[in-house]
Amino acid sequence: MSTRKPKSSMILKAGACLMGLMALSPVAVAQDTIKVGVLHSLSGTMAISETTLKDTVLMLVEQQNERGGVLGRQLEPVVVDPASDWPLFAEKTRELLTQEEVDVIFGAWTSVSRKSMLPVLEELNGLLFYPVQYEGEESSKNIFYTGAAPNQQAIPAVDYLMNELGIERWVLAGTDYVYPRTTNRILEAYLKANGVADEDIMINYTPFSHSDWQSIVADIRRFGSTGKPTAVVSTINGDANVPFYRELSNQGVSSFDIPVMAFSVGEEELSGIDTRPLVGHMAAWNYFQSVDTAQNEEFIDNWHDFIGSESRVTNDPMEATYIGFNMWVKAVEKAGTTDVDAVEQAMIGMETPNLTGGTAVMGKNHHLSKPVLIGEIQENGQFQVVWETEGLVPGDAWSDYLEGSRVLEADWTDPIRCGNYNTVTEVCSGQSY
Amino acid sequence: MKHLSITAVLVWIAMAFASVSQAQAQSQAGSDTSDLEPLLARLVDASLSEAVELIPQLETQGGRGILPLFTAMFDNSLAVDPESMTFYRLAEDNSATPVYPPADASNDEAVQLLPTAADELERIRVSNRLRVLLRDAIARIRLFEGDAEERSIAAAELLSQMGEDTVLLLREALASEEDAEVREVLEVGIAMNVLVSDAPDEERLQVVPTLHGRLEAPVRNLLNSLLDPNGRNEQNPEVRAAIEEANAAIDTRIRFYGFIEELFYGLSLGSVLLLAAIGLAVTFGVMGVINMAHGEMLMLGAYTTYVVQLVMPGFITYSLWVAIPAAFLVSASVGILIQRYVIRYLHGRPLETLLATFGISLILQQTVRTIFSPLNRMVVSPEWMSGTIQINPVLAITNNRLFILIFSLIVFFALMMILRKTSLGLQVRAVSQNRNMAKAMGIRTDRVDALTFGLGSGIAGIAGVALSQLTNVGPNLGQSYIIDSFMVVVFGGVGNLFGTLVGAFSLGVSNKFLEPAVGAVLAKIITLVFIIVFIQFRPKGLFPQKGRAAE
Repeated sequence: MSTRKPKSSMILKAGACLMGLMALSPVAVAQDTIKVGVLHSLSGTMAISETTLKDTVLMLVEQQNERGGVLGRQLEPVVVDPASDWPLFAEKTRELLTQEEVDVIFGAWTSVSRKSMLPVLEELNGLLFYPVQYEGEESSKNIFYTGAAPNQQAIPAVDYLMNELGIERWVLAGTDYVYPRTTNRILEAYLKANGVADEDIMINYTPFSHSDWQSIVADIRRFGSTGKPTAVVSTINGDANVPFYRELSNQGVSSFDIPVMAFSVGEEELSGIDTRPLVGHMAAWNYFQSVDTAQNEEFIDNWHDFIGSESRVTNDPMEATYIGFNMWVKAVEKAGTTDVDAVEQAMIGMETPNLTGGTAVMGKNHHLSKPVLIGEIQENGQFQVVWETEGLVPGDAWSDYLEGSRVLEADWTDPIRCGNYNTVTEVCSGQSY
Repeated sequence: MKHLSITAVLVWIAMAFASVSQAQAQSQAGSDTSDLEPLLARLVDASLSEAVELIPQLETQGGRGILPLFTAMFDNSLAVDPESMTFYRLAEDNSATPVYPPADASNDEAVQLLPTAADELERIRVSNRLRVLLRDAIARIRLFEGDAEERSIAAAELLSQMGEDTVLLLREALASEEDAEVREVLEVGIAMNVLVSDAPDEERLQVVPTLHGRLEAPVRNLLNSLLDPNGRNEQNPEVRAAIEEANAAIDTRIRFYGFIEELFYGLSLGSVLLLAAIGLAVTFGVMGVINMAHGEMLMLGAYTTYVVQLVMPGFITYSLWVAIPAAFLVSASVGILIQRYVIRYLHGRPLETLLATFGISLILQQTVRTIFSPLNRMVVSPEWMSGTIQINPVLAITNNRLFILIFSLIVFFALMMILRKTSLGLQVRAVSQNRNMAKAMGIRTDRVDALTFGLGSGIAGIAGVALSQLTNVGPNLGQSYIIDSFMVVVFGGVGNLFGTLVGAFSLGVSNKFLEPAVGAVLAKIITLVFIIVFIQFRPKGLFPQKGRAAE
């Protein structure tokens, strides 16, 4: 611990020097606004999902300013476009922190973009709110994870399939990158711990934007024809989902023969497609637009007003952005400053209402406690909730089902203050994300 | 005996239903409204888990008359008018057909509803658990009510749940069944039951031949389980030998149909590659322009389909026929513009052409993103494009793939005819072989260049219409096909249309045969590595240009 303190104070000094330099330059900011960085891709592959989150942050900023801003100062959004280019996320983060001097960043979608931002955030002591469900196995002092960790989405979904639907055979299908691979590793370990045999698990990876699903769906069909109830747990991402579901329905695989439980298909993804082939398939999230609460209704109305279209939907990452933003505002007000270290400490234990009628709590590991909902896809592109957890599930940064990370714990309060504290050896291994 | 068996079935279904005589009466007479109405009233307000309990009761109470209501509910289109307690099947165009109370023979036409009235109807929600219950209930009713095809499907569905009660139902159906095909399925079900019963071994031995070579999954699973030492593990050696033989016959047939299936998938992938590459075969192959914006021509075609469906929402069935010429015109005119204002000035400078067209592709993508939003757009598949041709329980050919395979061949041969038989084709070939000589002969090469580029782009637009049926219509659609297109054209031999055809289908088929063995990611890598190696040895592709044309 003693080695860490001088390091962080050095960073602070460096930061202070840098700020001093900046103050002299013409880029210097007017003192009376708080700058909020928005780092979501507005072009490229991820624009489809991330543009919505940019608009969400802008809406929240506008609302907050109407309420008088934060600490009596107006919020000023700074929008930059990292163009779905992962290294560019790091550059743009540096630009936001050093040139624009933003006090907080809301941004990133894919894990690879977050991983690219992380070293810069830690170096310059920035603050990021990351609003998307992800694979876990990370906890940084400078990031708050307001999306679901695997134990808040994947594990409850598998529990539902196993206990409520009696599924015995499992297809783990995913796009070939870090989130599906890690999630499937966790799920495989979890299934085996629950007595599922090797031959009852089929794992399949496909490239991004895969469009020819014929033989894979035929494989799934054969795999599912042994008489044991079979389900697909899908971490298939983005574009590839539409042809996948279309092929399922074309080959006559219905949602009750082999249900598909998806972790990356939400209202936004459904709004661009013909939903008939998807009806009855499922998704696990912490939020659905169809959830009937007063907060949610208000949020949807505000969203429709802001975006100027009644047909735009809301989704889980939007709720995560909403929770993250509100928590940040409260934390800044509690700390009385936008200083990152003070806000970071004020965030822990912070509570704010979520949109599904409960309260979200920020844990010591920078992850939220949230409810988990399972919904079946309806013809209108909305979800019908068929199951939900009782109470809140605290996000677990390090999975209990993976060798090596079982003993790790993230705790950003005194005296541990570590993102990967080994509870057995009682050592903080520091930078090894 | 017969009456007793019906009773047994119904008692099993009903559980809570006490009066045997009443059950018999109802199964013959159809619905008895007095008992049904309270159940239906509960169904309207029921939660999903309550509805699960209501379905079996509805089945016994409603008898066979409940079938229309069940099928509507199963199809997600059951709605109720809470005032009059009339149940309707809602169609997509907001027309509604009453399904309960049963319509008189005189007015069974669809009742057209005004949109406001349709709004007043309350949709009945269904979940997967309900769908399973409904499917089984529908199968049990259809076994007696449906036409021959429906009866055979119903019987096949019941095979997966061979309990004593189902067997009684099957025997009952067999007694009155006349269609040979349906009888066969029913006998298979009964044989499966006999095989696992404690009937004497001779009787069990007799039924095994019935299962010989049957492709239904439950049959295969049962036989596998009988042979499995950890499963049912058949003891009698004679019966075991017979089962092994029947199972081997099933395996042989499945392998054969599996091969046919892979082949079809390969051809289908090949047809997509062909469609993507065919326009490029003209612009790159014949004209030699490295056109990185080719993928965006596909995208424009797909978006044209979207716009066409947007302006004629009531005519989805015909939308594709309108979209094909429209997409050709849109992509062709964009292509001609690009040729006239950019590519023409870069003639003979491939590197600059590559960069310029790449820039154009980005411009087109962003334009589409600005106009239509970055979100994917919904292109609906017409009825006739969806569904499958079920050849047997293990082999099904999907309609959309079949249509696109045929369509790609039609487009290919049409293009071939244009290049071979028309004067434009002659001029195109002349210009591509020797520009100066063609010019000397009085051919307006500029005009021919523009028209050729327009033709190639237009055909890419048509391909885009077909692709909109298979994949996402979004700004990135083109990017995902540009590499495949170049791969096919280079592999087949630049400048050779026929090579493009052979190249597309051979890459498609080989990819699909690799995929089950090594996975989709590796299959793609192997294909690309193969092409790299292949190009080292035959730099001009499968069918290189020969003679003077090879200049």
